[in-house]
Amino acid sequence: MDFRESDEDQAFRLEVRAFVERELPADIRERVLDFQHLGREDYVRWQRILQQRGWGAPGWPVAFGGAGWSAAQRNIFDEECFTAGAPRQMPFGLSMVAPVLQKFGTPQQQARFLPRILDMSDWWCQGYSEPGAGSDLSALRCRAEVSGDGYVVNGQKIWTSFAQWANWIFCLVRTHHEGRQQEGISFLLIDMSSPGIEVRPIKTLDGGHDVNEVFFDNVWVPRDHLVGEEHKGWAIAKYLLGHERTNIAGLGNCKRFMRRLKEIASGSLKHGRPLLEDVRFRDKVVSVEMELLAHEWSLLRLIDQEGKGQGKGIEASLLKIRGSEIQQRLTELIMECAGPYAVPFVPQALEGDADIDTANGRLLNALAPHYLDWRKISIYGGSNEVQKNIIAKLTLGL
Amino acid sequence: MDFSLNEEQQMLADLVARFVERQCDFETRRASAASARGWSEDNWTALAETGLLALCLDEQYGGLGAGAEEMLLVMEAFGRGLVLEPYLASALVGAPLLQRVGSAQHKEHLLPVLASGEIRISLAALEPQSRYDLCDVSCSARETQEGFRLVGRKSVVSHGDSADWLIVSARTCGAQTDRHGISLFLIDANSPGVSVRSFAGLDGQRVAEVQLDGVNVARDALLGPMHEAIEDLEWAVDRACFALCAEAVGCMDRLIELTVEYLQTRKQFGKPIGSFQALQHRIAEMLGLSEQARSITYYAAANLNGEQDDRARAVSAAKTLIGRAGRLIGQHATQLHGGMGMTDELAAGWFFKRLTVIDMSWGDGDHYVERYGALM
Repeated sequence: MDFRESDEDQAFRLEVRAFVERELPADIRERVLDFQHLGREDYVRWQRILQQRGWGAPGWPVAFGGAGWSAAQRNIFDEECFTAGAPRQMPFGLSMVAPVLQKFGTPQQQARFLPRILDMSDWWCQGYSEPGAGSDLSALRCRAEVSGDGYVVNGQKIWTSFAQWANWIFCLVRTHHEGRQQEGISFLLIDMSSPGIEVRPIKTLDGGHDVNEVFFDNVWVPRDHLVGEEHKGWAIAKYLLGHERTNIAGLGNCKRFMRRLKEIASGSLKHGRPLLEDVRFRDKVVSVEMELLAHEWSLLRLIDQEGKGQGKGIEASLLKIRGSEIQQRLTELIMECAGPYAVPFVPQALEGDADIDTANGRLLNALAPHYLDWRKISIYGGSNEVQKNIIAKLTLGL
Repeated sequence: MDFSLNEEQQMLADLVARFVERQCDFETRRASAASARGWSEDNWTALAETGLLALCLDEQYGGLGAGAEEMLLVMEAFGRGLVLEPYLASALVGAPLLQRVGSAQHKEHLLPVLASGEIRISLAALEPQSRYDLCDVSCSARETQEGFRLVGRKSVVSHGDSADWLIVSARTCGAQTDRHGISLFLIDANSPGVSVRSFAGLDGQRVAEVQLDGVNVARDALLGPMHEAIEDLEWAVDRACFALCAEAVGCMDRLIELTVEYLQTRKQFGKPIGSFQALQHRIAEMLGLSEQARSITYYAAANLNGEQDDRARAVSAAKTLIGRAGRLIGQHATQLHGGMGMTDELAAGWFFKRLTVIDMSWGDGDHYVERYGALM
């Protein structure tokens, strides 16, 4: 055992910190730190800055243009980027479909799609959930029938994040209707400009629009957009869900929210003093910070374990649950900073137009919707209930 | 003690239940929230016709002279219907406060038209820096030859844009956070120097920022004793909190019903998700919280018109527990609805948002734990 961060990792941390400080555009940083909504171009702009430096794909092997970092380095990179106010790198291309293409794709598919993921020439979205297939994902019914040199797709996807900005979608579709429900699923890449696709926005609690319904009405997909073997898509789906592990703990968000909580509580007044000096409030901040310390060390243990190929031990699902709870608690306390001033809400003011009149400024206007919006993180990507089932079944053998 | 309704209370409960059933369906409410004032004129007229606007006024002004139990029945029903109209702000807080501290002339002039729904009145007590502290008043009122001149800003005034009259707390002497030196003034919202910016709250109800740029009022605009308004102000805010608690109880009950319906109908893994124990335990916890919320609200009702300290303690306890319960019930309900719980489309999310706003209105849990502690 040696609990010190290695010299190389420390040097790497400083290098990333200096880079982000220098290169992250101020307007983007401000919007991220103040919980405003980003536009498509903000994400693309930051991705291209990273890509220029060779850091566009932290999780990819070098052979595909990735940074080739260790899990520890990737964690440091995430932490530094998130706390400094960088936008998250959109995972749908980079961390979802790309690893799938690298493992199951043909050389042609890899050559065609991977470079365009790296510089975000393509914006990908994820066609997994359906109205009847959420936690029970393999109950999906969207179907693809063989037609000539391709497939005809009919059905519906839901909760598709940023489908309104995407020009590609990767989809789980049913190509075979017999046997277990996990069998007969295939993994298709679909051009969003194909005739027969309709995207309908879903307005959320916070007044925002990230998620959509996507409808497929006789959409033709060429056969070479099938990834891996026909009917064997479930294995690919599981590979994808299990692939991205470091971000599962949400540590970067936790740290950014904690930093902002302290800043906002210092700038808010209670009885004429900074709210952070109010013992009752400060104690709540302290308790979350203590949990955050333990959470970080759980993640460091997981990273070490996975780096050594040791499967057993701390479970990634536990980190997802804890990370979501800490983030949600932080969004709650951040909203509490605003007190009564969190109530009036102008949704348009979140979209980057500084001239819109809000009751108490753009920052306070954003805090309650951010709290509401963040309820989603214990629901998506396998709800916390599903994560607990996984722990009970797979880890504890119950 | 008797926890069942007497005949008159049952009639009142039936009346408000009918109002909610007929006038407050979710889609109509959505349209009303999007209208210019953010609420429905039809509903307001209906509230006036049934006499509910005069619920807490004395009989001499056309009122029903009702007590805390009746306020509770009405607000609980309104919570179930997510009523948007400025009922709490005007009929349960503004008008009763005017009745308490207004001159005979004010009362004769305004209470009948408040009872008939022709006008509305809101209390403007918080400021941009005050947070929930009613004593933190920087808005000033200086004596002039004719009366007073008010300068300052009031924040998050419930339905301030629909109010024809405002009751404003202003400092007439002392330092910014002194209990002594606060006075109440009755201001015509259309007076020169008053500007009102209105915003929809998270829950769809309107709140306003009120700017007072040298508003001149006559001497008789002073309500109650000069410099010594804090106790009347606390009386009014305790009523507001109690009414919010009762509303929250209705919100919680309805939200739990909606969640149970969802658990019974939504299927995953071949069965209703309500058959999974993990979800059953979560909703059982919600039910426990809502029962606790109802109990503490009854306790507050029993003390609302009692001794000042008893009232303050009871309302502080209720508002604290209601805030916690509302937050947890809202969060659990969202989780149990899965993705659907995150949508604007479902009523469930709007109950969650209303409960969130109730927690943040007139003092959150920390505020009332502190107040209760000071009174122990």
